[in-house]
Amino acid sequence: MAALAKWLTDNRVYRSIIRHGFPDSNRNRSLVIFTNFFLHIHPVKARLRAIRFTRTFFLGGLSAACFFLLVATGVLLMFYYRPAVPHAYNDMKDLGFVVSSGVFLRNLHRWSAHTMVALVFLHMVVTFFRGAYRPPREFNWVLGVFLFVATILLSYTGYLLPWDQLAYWAVTVGTNMAQAVPVMGEKMRFLLLGGHGINENALVRFYVLHCVVLPLAMVLGISIHVWRVRKDGGIYLPPPANKGDER
Amino acid sequence: MTPPLPDPQQFTPVAGSDARATPVRLLVVQGEARPAVDASDEPMVMTFPHLVLREAIAFVALSIVLITISLIFNAPLEEIANPSRTPNPAKAPWYFLGLQELLHYYPPLISGVVLPGILMVALIVIPYFDINLERAPLAKSDRRRTLTFLWTAAVVLTAIFYFTGAQPVWPLIGPLLLVAVAITVALLLRSSGGVVSWLRSRSAPFWIFAWFLLSAVALTVIGIFFRGPGWSFVIPWRDGIYY
Repeated sequence: MAALAKWLTDNRVYRSIIRHGFPDSNRNRSLVIFTNFFLHIHPVKARLRAIRFTRTFFLGGLSAACFFLLVATGVLLMFYYRPAVPHAYNDMKDLGFVVSSGVFLRNLHRWSAHTMVALVFLHMVVTFFRGAYRPPREFNWVLGVFLFVATILLSYTGYLLPWDQLAYWAVTVGTNMAQAVPVMGEKMRFLLLGGHGINENALVRFYVLHCVVLPLAMVLGISIHVWRVRKDGGIYLPPPANKGDER
Repeated sequence: MTPPLPDPQQFTPVAGSDARATPVRLLVVQGEARPAVDASDEPMVMTFPHLVLREAIAFVALSIVLITISLIFNAPLEEIANPSRTPNPAKAPWYFLGLQELLHYYPPLISGVVLPGILMVALIVIPYFDINLERAPLAKSDRRRTLTFLWTAAVVLTAIFYFTGAQPVWPLIGPLLLVAVAITVALLLRSSGGVVSWLRSRSAPFWIFAWFLLSAVALTVIGIFFRGPGWSFVIPWRDGIYY
């Protein structure tokens, strides 16, 4: 077994990809973090208090995990979806009756989306009550507020895409609220919908926003958000000197 | 004898042509107190495996929960969109139902633009106000003055939300009074332990945020579960949930 592991990991090809040996020493465990693109956002060592589940409930990470699931299922759904009337609705029916696991795919996308909205909101609430927005993290809190808005917009633009009664009227209610903005409300609504009512133009706009613009903004925003957490020395912890003092 | 140090403002990092022979090490400690700068001897663990493993477990657990839900519950799909047939009630997605519920009390300009706008601005400016940074316990100084101020504010706000809306805005008034009572109880009781003293040490921003949070939850829950045709009040376990 050990010989097999050695044969697998101790050759030029493997070492060209994974640049360290088996992580059985602290040196190699450090290299796991140092040399891995996906793990390099982490420091090599973490404070024990910071990684306790009850400290953060992993809400930020789980929000990001939801986003990952949504991208994965969303890309698969895009293979079966046309943003046109009435094709969009027919494609929903096809997902239900023709596409293998189509129902499951749509379910997972929808429930992950609702979960993400809830998790991001909870993440914000916990961040507030922990006082984690305090300097030097002020701007990261602001970024977080924008990420919350982006999450809501992603969910909202996705809501129209099935083009059923539920989608149509839920979005109608929402865009009517935008109309109430003084002076530019009507213009804003026109820009958002590509017309005065919700029709095929609106469907294409929501589709592009949902599948391209907002996800890209989200990836950029999450990257900066996480990068700043790292630059500020990891997640916020009250100073160890006055433990229990967590107003 | 060491040569004098160059002026830090004029410092430019320069490496010799042979970096091995003339190593240059650059360390910048930024002005504000970064947690990592305050060296402490608190317990540390290796990120791999301790943190990476926890993250993996959290991700798998989330996936299992969502996959299970997706196998049991189907996403709703009604008939094709029909602009000429308005469902009753026409509800927005659940996270907007708090706003839609507010629409029931105030005209769209107030409930759809002004109040959410104020909320967004309030959220953004939170870290830029000293009161939010200090977070001193509410009644550190004068208990009587704090209570007088608290109940004056509570009565004025209650009056505003009672009389200005199309109906009394109970989803805002209820949490407001709940918060006011909680503060009062915490301040009047002499107990020096447990929940009461924990409540007593909370700050003003804590209580304001708690009021916003409870109001948002109340509005949203009412919007989701307790509103039926014509936005009438319904009892979900008797009349069913409208969406």
